[in-house]
This record gives sequence, structure tokens and C-alpha cells, in this order.
Amino acid sequence: MRRQLKILEYTLSSLLRRKYKSFSLIAVYAFTIAVLGSVLFLTQSLKSEATGSLVSAPEIVVQRVSAGRHDLVPIGYAEVISKFPGVKSVTPRVWGYYYDSLVKANLTLIGIGEYQEQLELLDGRLPIKPDECAIGMGIVNVFGPGKGDALVLENSASTSKTFKITGVFRAASNLLTNDLVVLPEAALRQFFAMDSTLATDLVVEVYNQREIKTLAKKIKYHLSDTRPITRDEILHTYETLFNWRSGMMLAVAVAALIAFCILAWDKATGITAEEKREIGVLKALGWETADVLTIKFWEGLVISLTSFLLGVIAAWIHVFVFSAPALTPLLKGWSVLFPAFQLSPVVDFYQLFVLAFLTIGPYLACTLIPAWKTATTDPEQVMRD
Amino acid sequence: MVKSTLYLICSGILILSLSMLLLFSHFSQATGDTENLAGKRQLVSYLGLTDLSLCSEARYTRHPSQADLFSAFQDFPGSFEHFPTGSMISPSPAGFFSRVRVSSQSGSE
Repeated sequence: MRRQLKILEYTLSSLLRRKYKSFSLIAVYAFTIAVLGSVLFLTQSLKSEATGSLVSAPEIVVQRVSAGRHDLVPIGYAEVISKFPGVKSVTPRVWGYYYDSLVKANLTLIGIGEYQEQLELLDGRLPIKPDECAIGMGIVNVFGPGKGDALVLENSASTSKTFKITGVFRAASNLLTNDLVVLPEAALRQFFAMDSTLATDLVVEVYNQREIKTLAKKIKYHLSDTRPITRDEILHTYETLFNWRSGMMLAVAVAALIAFCILAWDKATGITAEEKREIGVLKALGWETADVLTIKFWEGLVISLTSFLLGVIAAWIHVFVFSAPALTPLLKGWSVLFPAFQLSPVVDFYQLFVLAFLTIGPYLACTLIPAWKTATTDPEQVMRD
Repeated sequence: MVKSTLYLICSGILILSLSMLLLFSHFSQATGDTENLAGKRQLVSYLGLTDLSLCSEARYTRHPSQADLFSAFQDFPGSFEHFPTGSMISPSPAGFFSRVRVSSQSGSE
């Protein structure tokens, strides 16, 4: 133990002799890990947010596909599906998009039925009358209306329709409701000029959760132009959206990993003349190859462990304290209505372990291999070189 | 032994800080931010929401679980990707069962 402490003392003195190089190496290394860690934390947290909330998503959504594209579904399909054994209810839904060309924002308009429920995350109440609506916080932030104000939207006939805002969804629900405009279904149907025999899609509720998959197959079999999407598939979409192979990971993490590889490659292929001389002197003084390797091991560990700890802490603060300002532009793209969200800290220990393994391990190897090559060479030869 | 002691103390502080952050994350995950989670689930259930309101620039990024496969190309297959978030969020193939089959001249598939 005392021997190891002395070796560590020597290693730290050696690193401090090249303090500018050592500190800049730690800074670059920590930055790379912070980038990788931020992506890990952000994707894991978004995945957890999605799967946590969407467990109460519709059990089956039935769309109609025409010419390979999503099309309006005839309400008659609801009657066919409701006759299948095990189906509790089939509800036709009306929803769609509204584009504001001035601000260039896309709104999602959703119609609700007559049944009213007091929502915990709604400040105010849901619309009851045809000229009322409830809106998400993103619309408040971009367009500026509040509860009691009027929202004027242009329908497909270019006629302005005024809706009184009766409720605003609270900021805590931003990740779900940011761009929503909730209207009574009849009013939305009229706004979209949608035929009363058609709906955007159908929501199917079943008695037995284990029958969802079978019912989805049955719907597809009997109504071949439909596309049933089960709740598991919705959750699976979000599971895969933010996994290792997701676009987010590919775009950011691969770039950071390549930067790390360049750093490690540079370290592996080149040991400086000063370091070679130092090893030569130590060997000439009677140090064993094993002692030199122990020093180099400590050197690699000091740099990689310090960088890893600093990088992961910086990533945690970046994502969970400052809401990932460096990564959200990637998700935002051209979206005007982008939710301001505060993510709950969620960390996948397995992914963190993989990150540690992928960064600390190769760096240690890259420090030890060239040092071992030099340490096994004759000290006189090393110093002459 | 001053430097090594100092280094070990600093590393200890960093490890302790990281452990505390991870423990905080673990407990926050375990308790699940229950108050808001119940509210969010109520919202999802009542409004029948299927997706996160994360990227609103295109149909397939606003509703990745509901978008049809052609919407990634907007107008026709093979056209260039229009939207930056399209590189982050790909359309989900859930619910599509159609396949391309090739039939040989002898008639077997």
C-alpha cells in the first residue's frame, strides 16, 4: 500500500512537470465524456418520460391506410370492430394539424367528446361549448394568449373561427401538451370540414389486456386496409427511438467517440522523447519493467478516472440542472413550438458502466502499450534515441 | 506524500459527489415523481395521447408512433429528408404487414 502511494506520488509529480499537457488532456477527455454522458442521460430520461406517461395510451389505435398513406377511417369500421368478442368500446377520434404560416408553428388540434373530466394538469377547465378551447403552454409562450383570451384559427375555407380559451395545460405537462389545442369534437369536425361518417382514427378498448395483440391481428384480417397500432408498439417506438442505435446517439455520440479514438490513437502511437528519456533514466537507476508499467498504469488511471468523474458530473448538471441546452437544438430542428421541459433525473447504471468501460479501458491500454515497448528496450539505447 | 493524499481526497470528493447524484437519480426514479406522473397519465388516458410533444416540425417527428412510412419522405419515396429532426426520429413501421413477394415463372413463390 505504502509502495503504491509512493508510486502515485511520483506519478503525480511526473504529471505536474507536464502540467499544461496533463490538464489540457484531462479537459479534452472530460469534455468528450461529458458529451457522451449528456446524450446518455438525455435519451434515457426522455425514454423514461415517454414510457412512464404513455402506459395509459390507447390500447389499440386503428388507422386506415390508403395508397400507402394515412387516410380518414369510415365510422362504419367502428361498428364492425365493436362486434368482435373481447372489445369493450370503439371510439372514433377527430384530430389533426394546423400550420401557422406567420410564426411557422405546427399545432395539434384534438377533439374531445361530451364526457368531461377535471384534469390535474389543466389550469382552468376543458372546453364544453363549440367556441371554446384549451391550449398548451407552448402556444401561450409563442402567441401570447392566456386563459379568458380568444384564439382565432382559420379553417379550410379560410374563414376565421374564434375560440375562447377556457384552460391552459400546466408547464409540468409540456412534454405531452405543448402544442395542443383541445376543442369539442363537433366543433373540430366542423373546423376541418370533416364528413360525419369519417374519423381520423379509432381507439379500441379491450376487456383483457392479453388479447390486445390477437384483436389487432383480427382487425387487420377483417379490415385489410387498416393499420392497428397497439400500446406496446407505441411504447416500443419510444424504447427504440432513444436507444444506442437512435439518430441522437449516432449524430452526437459517434462524433464524440471518434474524437476520443483520435485522442487514444495519438497516445498509443506516440510516446514523447521526454517520456522515453524518463523511462530510460528510471531503468538505468535500477527500476524494473513492472515498476515502470505500474507508474504508467497510475498515470493512465489518474487521467482517465479524473476525466470520467468530471465528465459524468458535468453531463448530469448539463442535462438535469440546465435541461441540456447544448443538445436540445438537435431535437428542436425547425420546430417553433419546442417544449421547455425539466427532466427527472434517470440514470441507467448499465449504460454508465459501458461508458466507463469504453473510455477508461482503452485509454489505460493506450498508455501502457507504448510504455511497455519502451521499458523493454535497453535503457542506453532509449536515452541515445 | 502530500500530492498523493491530496489527489486521493479530491478523487474521493468527486466519487462521493457522483455517487450522491446517482443515488438521487435512483430514488427520484423509484418514487417516479408520482404527483405529476399521475396527472400525466390522466392526461394521456383522457385525451388518448399517443406521443410526446417533442418535435412539432413534421408529422413523423410529432407523432412517430402514428406516422405512416411515406411521411418520412413527405411527398414521394427517395426525396431528400426535409427536416433536421428527421435524422433524430425515424418513422415507426408498427402495424404494417405488407410484403414484397417474388413469383418465379414456374409459379412457386
